[in-house]
Amino acid sequence: MFDTAASSADHVVPRARTAPILPLAVRDLELRFGQTTILDGVSFDLQPEGCTMVMGPNGAGKSLLLKLLHGLMAPTSGTIDWSGQGPQDITARQALVFQKPVLLRRSVAANVDFVLKVRGKDRARRDTLLDHVGLGHKADQPARLLSGGEAQRLALARALAADPEVLFLDEPTASLDPASVLAIEEIVREASARGVRIVFVTHDMGQARRMADDILFLSGGGVTEHSRAADFFPEPQSKAARDYLNGKLVV
Amino acid sequence: MKLNTFGAATVALLMAGGAWAQDQSIIVQSTTSTANSGLYDYLLPIFQDKAGIQVNVVAVGTGQAIKNAENCDGDVLLVHAKPSEEKFVEAGFGTSRTDLMYNDFVIVGPGEDPAGVGGMEDVQGAMSKIAEEGALFASRGDDSGTHKKEMALWSDTGVDPTAASGDWYRETGSGMGATLNAGIGMGAYVMTDRATWISFDNKQDYAIQVEGDEDMFNQYGVIPVNPEKCPSVNVDAAQTFADWLVSDEGQEAIGSYKVADQQLFFPNAPKN
Amino acid sequence: MGEAFGLALDLVASGDGDLIEIVLLSLRVSLTATALACLIGLPIGALIAIGRFPGRNAVLIVMNALMGLPPVVVGLLVYLHLSRSGPLGFLGLLYTPTAMIIAQTILIAPIVAALSRQVLEDLHAEYAEQFRSLCLTKLQTVQALLWDARYSLLTVGLAGFGRAVAEVGAVIIVGGNIDHLTRVMTTAIALETSKGDLALALALGIILLVIALGVNAAVQSVRMTAARQAYV
Repeated sequence: MFDTAASSADHVVPRARTAPILPLAVRDLELRFGQTTILDGVSFDLQPEGCTMVMGPNGAGKSLLLKLLHGLMAPTSGTIDWSGQGPQDITARQALVFQKPVLLRRSVAANVDFVLKVRGKDRARRDTLLDHVGLGHKADQPARLLSGGEAQRLALARALAADPEVLFLDEPTASLDPASVLAIEEIVREASARGVRIVFVTHDMGQARRMADDILFLSGGGVTEHSRAADFFPEPQSKAARDYLNGKLVV
Repeated sequence: MKLNTFGAATVALLMAGGAWAQDQSIIVQSTTSTANSGLYDYLLPIFQDKAGIQVNVVAVGTGQAIKNAENCDGDVLLVHAKPSEEKFVEAGFGTSRTDLMYNDFVIVGPGEDPAGVGGMEDVQGAMSKIAEEGALFASRGDDSGTHKKEMALWSDTGVDPTAASGDWYRETGSGMGATLNAGIGMGAYVMTDRATWISFDNKQDYAIQVEGDEDMFNQYGVIPVNPEKCPSVNVDAAQTFADWLVSDEGQEAIGSYKVADQQLFFPNAPKN
Repeated sequence: MGEAFGLALDLVASGDGDLIEIVLLSLRVSLTATALACLIGLPIGALIAIGRFPGRNAVLIVMNALMGLPPVVVGLLVYLHLSRSGPLGFLGLLYTPTAMIIAQTILIAPIVAALSRQVLEDLHAEYAEQFRSLCLTKLQTVQALLWDARYSLLTVGLAGFGRAVAEVGAVIIVGGNIDHLTRVMTTAIALETSKGDLALALALGIILLVIALGVNAAVQSVRMTAARQAYV
């Protein structure tokens, strides 16, 4: 259902999309704030397709890693190589859904309109996008009066409106009821099936099992483990990941 | 774009604000006494009906009125400080000065008359007494016609009241009405032109204490602003207005203006 | 006081023509000045709100100080420019409502800029990351912030209007308080005070206060509607 939209977007935005931005190679990434080191020596690769679930204890730097990859902030040192392009050059080809959705003080429909407009997309897609996330019937309501689950679905619709090649999600279901969680997972799964690369931060083990193609496990400022989901859950390689899965406090 | 519509609307508003289409209108830089006493409210409709010229009055102190006219911000000057007016004409700012009318100054004071000057005719004597007693005296202190007159009278007495400024001598730096309000508020003597006093509404227990001295004579003059200095003046309309004021008809109108059955201004333009 | 209230009621009830003229001119001058001040002040406030540049703090201090501009100083500056002998004298604007609008615009534009800067900076703190994720240009950011803060900015405009409609120092110098041309509520009050007609002056003051109350109530009701929709 996005085919026509994608072609018209290509027409509106002349920027060449021919150069792929995946795979991604991250090398020796370091992020420091003053004396505090958040990330230190982070290296990993992301393949062109699939859904990567980023896990790890609180304070491991998962959210900051997403912002670094998305080009919202610059690392202290190290490289982020999106197939030859820096993160700040390709921010517009990606979208980020925050844990707490930042909704404009406008109607539900106007929130989607806004993204379609600033990113030069086909405005006619708005109703399709809203129906896709199950908010078609709330189009004219004030966005900030939506429930938590609805608000996050709107944030997802807005992210998808930008036609991202990579979709980052930062604990989007952290405080939602089970039905909302499943609804959001379904939307993300559909996007993934259409070829959108998913990078998804979560603490929810069940969610990780349901969604993951691979697991990127962060702790102690580095990547402790990066493996296929089928390998990770039965038998984590690192002690930190084992402790985390067993509910022990990982520092 | 919403912002642009908003902008266009406000610019249109501003234009509407500026569009005061009055083919024939003049600005009179005037002393406050003639305006506050209601003389213009009486005179101007008569003139406007006859001549079809809209007269807009800016009422400020004589000093400021002269200054504004020197800046070419008026077509006619109507004030009461003869030496300054003559200087204005000599400097080329006005075409000619004509005596228009007169009234007189009076000194008003509280009913209990703390300096005991009530009924005195000798104005310098009364002022010396006020100074000796250290009774409060409120002065305009604003370089207006009334203030200039007051300073001339002090100079006659040999007293320098400004030495006691802030003590018994209080300079308000304000217009006649504001100075009366302030003087009455603090129980001070005030020198005012009779017209302003008669039409003043906040007299409380105040009454005229000193009047009748020849030296209290208050002459008003009218001067059209010189187009050679100020090309923007509406010279024909200004001359028409000045001529009408000193004509028999204008003089009669001035003489017939009364407040509380009292004549406020006495026409004395020279007969031609 | 009682006399003044009675007089105020009489004036309003009788639909006094001069009073209506003065009230309408007051509203026209001050509302236009408010609109223009918003046109100038809001973009400035927005640019400072989202901008990080050297000397930003100095700009903030100057802008906040300008909020306290004495009306009479503004009036004098505008007079000197619009006077026939001044640089803009050829426009012939002195002693017109336009001159009064210009003076009040200068008086309140800093208020609009400084207060809107605060409002927009708070909102931007909430939106900044999302906007950077969407790769918004500065212009798009400013437009979005102004639109989303529109109801809070109404209050900013109201603060400017309040100062404009209440000031006398600037309009009396550049307008001249000319009857039927540039006389507004505040200059009429000043005039009646100088004529010693304190009751009439106070009555006009009461009417001015009621008008200000009406404008405030209207804005407040708009804001409450917006608040119900979580648009504030």
